[in-house]
Amino acid sequence: MAKVRIPTPLRKFTDGKEEVIAAGASVRAVIDELERMHPGIKTKICDDSGAVRKFINLFANEEDVRFLQAMDTPLTDKDELSIVPAIAGG
Amino acid sequence: MSLHTNARATSVVDLVGGTPLLRLRSVEARAGTGAEIWAKAEFDNPGGSVKDRAARQMILDALADGRLTPDKTLIDSTSGNTGVAYSMIGAALGVKVALVMPANVSAARKHITQAYGTELIFSSELEGSDGAIRMVKRIVDEDPARWFYPDQYANPSNPRAHYLGTGAEILEQTDGRVTHFVAGVGTTGTLMGTGRRLKEHDPRIRVVGMQPEDALHGLEGLKHLPSSIVPAIWQPDGIVDDTIWLPTDEGWDMSEFLIEHEGLFVGHSAGGNVASALRLARTAKAGDVIVTVLCDRGDRYFKPLRWERTYVW
Repeated sequence: MAKVRIPTPLRKFTDGKEEVIAAGASVRAVIDELERMHPGIKTKICDDSGAVRKFINLFANEEDVRFLQAMDTPLTDKDELSIVPAIAGG
Repeated sequence: MSLHTNARATSVVDLVGGTPLLRLRSVEARAGTGAEIWAKAEFDNPGGSVKDRAARQMILDALADGRLTPDKTLIDSTSGNTGVAYSMIGAALGVKVALVMPANVSAARKHITQAYGTELIFSSELEGSDGAIRMVKRIVDEDPARWFYPDQYANPSNPRAHYLGTGAEILEQTDGRVTHFVAGVGTTGTLMGTGRRLKEHDPRIRVVGMQPEDALHGLEGLKHLPSSIVPAIWQPDGIVDDTIWLPTDEGWDMSEFLIEHEGLFVGHSAGGNVASALRLARTAKAGDVIVTVLCDRGDRYFKPLRWERTYVW
């Protein structure tokens, strides 16, 4: 389980919520649970092969999961998963 | 005046604008219609991006009419390149600069702006440039007398820079042959100012805006307007004929194509612009002249390597 921090462009899936608690012991499991709770959100984060899209950064606490174990990075209920997109505009 | 000329200048501020117009034959070949594709090499500005133009005009106009005085600090929100431009021109003219940036702007831009002596304030990495806009407005409201807040999204000097510069230069450099202009929108200044100048010259010139296809995208610097705070300078009626909704991958793929086939290492917004020009070229006629903008270089966007990660949040 982890606290997931949702960026503005994805809050339309989470009824405007900035943070969502999702069950799961890894990044992959938490994203899958997020999709179950908020259908449609996963395809915004992951491509058809299930990998994180190139322009999305996932952070387990303050670490980019690319530098950890990517989708297999373990998460506990003390962890925060942040979904951070590229920056738009100006 | 261009960095490619031997002309002398007395300030880095005078080196802004006058960029070369570069023909992209390998992209033209992919369309195969005989339409020409040209791009303004905006990475040739001294601050490294198209944003030098708007920042220069906003600062010079404010100094001229007294909005910017020596007791004030310039503050604005930016996703990066405008911040580099403000910092460079501020240093050259003795204007103090503070910037509000989303915490996840590239490390390169944090380091460059700070090198000029600029103060950085970070807004939430989850809220993008709109979060930075809201934060700078709060800061200015608390102490309006302290700040000069150019507000690049609402400042008419931003499109004016492109009306006087980019648009006029394109007409001169194509000998008036330009038939299409396409550019992605962030503040919308490039498209509005250049488009207005070209439409005044010949209303038949097609002016096309490009926006990311989705609210969540990877074309850094560009805005998906339907889900964003719409800039006050965005007044498309009579100027913008059409919009291309571009997937992130199409822009990223074009950035890779340009480095491999043209030796041009440009950012993803430039890739998106050229991808849009290619779309136009596929349905254009032989002899049509499509012009777009290479906003900046790709080296602004290197991700931090494992041993040099310095995330702020």
